[in-house]
Amino acid sequence: MNLNLATTRLLAALLGTGWLVLGGTPVMAQEPIRIGAFLSVTGPAAFLGDPEQKTLELYVEKLNAAGGVLGRKLQVISYDDGGDAEKARTFGKRLIEQDKVDVLVGGSTTGATMAVVPLAEAAGIPFISLAGAVVIIEPVKKWVFKTPHTDRMACEKIFVDMRSRNLSRVALISGAGGFDKSMRGECRKVAKQHGVDVVGDETYGAGDTDMTAQLTKIKSAPGVQAVLNAGFGQGPALVTKNFRQLGITLPLYQSHGVASKEFIKLAGDAAEGVRLPASALLVAESLPDSDAQKKVVVSYKREYEGRFKSEVSTFGGHAYDGLMLAVEAMKKAGTTDKAKVRDALESLRGFMGTAGVINMSAQDHMGLDLSAFRMLEVRRGDWSLAN
Amino acid sequence: MSAQLTQYLLTGVTVGAIYALVALGFSIIYNASHVINFAQGEFVMIGGMAAVSLSGAGLPLPLAIVAAVIVTALVGLMLEKFAVERARGAPVVTLIIITIGASILLRGLATLVWDKKLHPLRAFSGDRPIDIAGAVILPQSLWVLGIALVIVLLLSWFFGRTLVGKAMLATSHQRLAAQLAGINVRRVLFVSFGLSAALGAIAGILIAPIAFTSWDAGIMLGLKGFAAAVLGGLGSGPGAVVGGLILGIAETLSAGYVSSAYKDAIAFVLMLAVLFFMPSGLLGRHSTERV
Repeated sequence: MNLNLATTRLLAALLGTGWLVLGGTPVMAQEPIRIGAFLSVTGPAAFLGDPEQKTLELYVEKLNAAGGVLGRKLQVISYDDGGDAEKARTFGKRLIEQDKVDVLVGGSTTGATMAVVPLAEAAGIPFISLAGAVVIIEPVKKWVFKTPHTDRMACEKIFVDMRSRNLSRVALISGAGGFDKSMRGECRKVAKQHGVDVVGDETYGAGDTDMTAQLTKIKSAPGVQAVLNAGFGQGPALVTKNFRQLGITLPLYQSHGVASKEFIKLAGDAAEGVRLPASALLVAESLPDSDAQKKVVVSYKREYEGRFKSEVSTFGGHAYDGLMLAVEAMKKAGTTDKAKVRDALESLRGFMGTAGVINMSAQDHMGLDLSAFRMLEVRRGDWSLAN
Repeated sequence: MSAQLTQYLLTGVTVGAIYALVALGFSIIYNASHVINFAQGEFVMIGGMAAVSLSGAGLPLPLAIVAAVIVTALVGLMLEKFAVERARGAPVVTLIIITIGASILLRGLATLVWDKKLHPLRAFSGDRPIDIAGAVILPQSLWVLGIALVIVLLLSWFFGRTLVGKAMLATSHQRLAAQLAGINVRRVLFVSFGLSAALGAIAGILIAPIAFTSWDAGIMLGLKGFAAAVLGGLGSGPGAVVGGLILGIAETLSAGYVSSAYKDAIAFVLMLAVLFFMPSGLLGRHSTERV
């Protein structure tokens, strides 16, 4: 695939110079629109980057088959940063300076995204990030947008759900990773506004094999009514198992970080009754027909699963949203002029993505609200809508 | 004793028993060659992953476990044959670096042979926790403790009563003298790698139903096992067991009573303190410099 890319680019370059020699400017209608991507396709964040890469390939192919955008074909130039922010920066630079892309879609992790933010800002190129943390869009950066929900929203969604069940005293347990720490901080920050008291706050290490000690401590925290676990991977599955083994009967909330079938598989029966906020994508088929999001998520799910024979994930959905936002903004601007595309992006309203309805504004470069999250509960080994 | 304390101790002993098994693997190879085998954690991982994939392929669990231990022992023997033995005569530091290289290679191979996902292994006898004085323990934890005990007894019999074991012990005391007495020290090293790998595999299989296993599961367990071995005294069998248990219990107690954020730090500070006052570990042989 790299070879193909290299040859196409070589051909494109040769053709380009050919036209120049003939004395004309490059025929714009023939030039593809270049979308630059840097994703963590391998490495520890591969579970993010892999579905994102596949989604971009799939949908660029589909868009091109349907005639492209503004009468031009789309071309994705994608690099694998392996989850390394330093590499992401190098690739970001290459995409902007050498490949001269029209828009950046990528940054699987917050680290990779933040490494490229200064480059995009300096070069003045629209950049749609696929990573989670609030810092990406807060404070607002002129050229930077993002598609996934933030960890703060996850906290708020959980607290709203807790309050509706008359629970107000929560104990936190979180891992030592960046995602975990960020979400823990955000939850502590917004707890008060939602009338929730944090009565316990425990952590566990990356390779820990047992969280019973932390949970035993939480179990005896004064007046604790619910437990919230921020993290992804092995940690939350272990927490869930240990939680049940200790016979704790409090409601257990997990984060959107474990919103994949993998979690249910690992935690097994212990996952029963666990609640978490997640994208509607996970329950696409069981959404009511009246749900405005249903059409988008069901179609994406079918396309993805039909093509790759593997379960759809919310992370691939973020890439779909990123690509479609870029396309929509170009259509609206009627050009690929970077400043005009940026303005179009900022003024998009009511755009339906897999993550929810997106209403961009000068103050909000993500445009999602709490309704974008669905509260899910694990029932009989599958996701279902809570309530 | 409060139920809370009982819970911390039960958890600590279980985790500690796993650390002890990994630590024993470190000690055996260290005795035979003074090499610290940094691929020990990878043996733990291969054991767990092999057991998962073999039982997933339809093999009954006990058979899958035995096969996984054998596979891992073979990997250990191959590592000795094709990497360590080739470099014999090289300084110990070189050999240690070889084992670090081997650990990276084995992790890479594991991602190719298997995948990068986490895998659960079925518990040996159910998941229903057993209640002990208000605290709970999993049947799997009893398996961990029981098998660890059996292994310690078997090892002490092996080193104390069998010819091969005595030969290994003799080599650890004085390599040259052992060689002069007709012991094939190369063979001793070969056997020690097989034995360590098998021990690591058993640890990996025992922990897999509790904590899952994956291609990188060996990194942290290897590190903790090494810490336990150093704490107890590198090369000492009882030291490895004591070191593992102390490390496990220190971790859970500090998570429970001090702060879970600092539990690893507390365990390692404890280790440093012991080494400061007793440089050869709690039960290590006191090395004396001859002038």
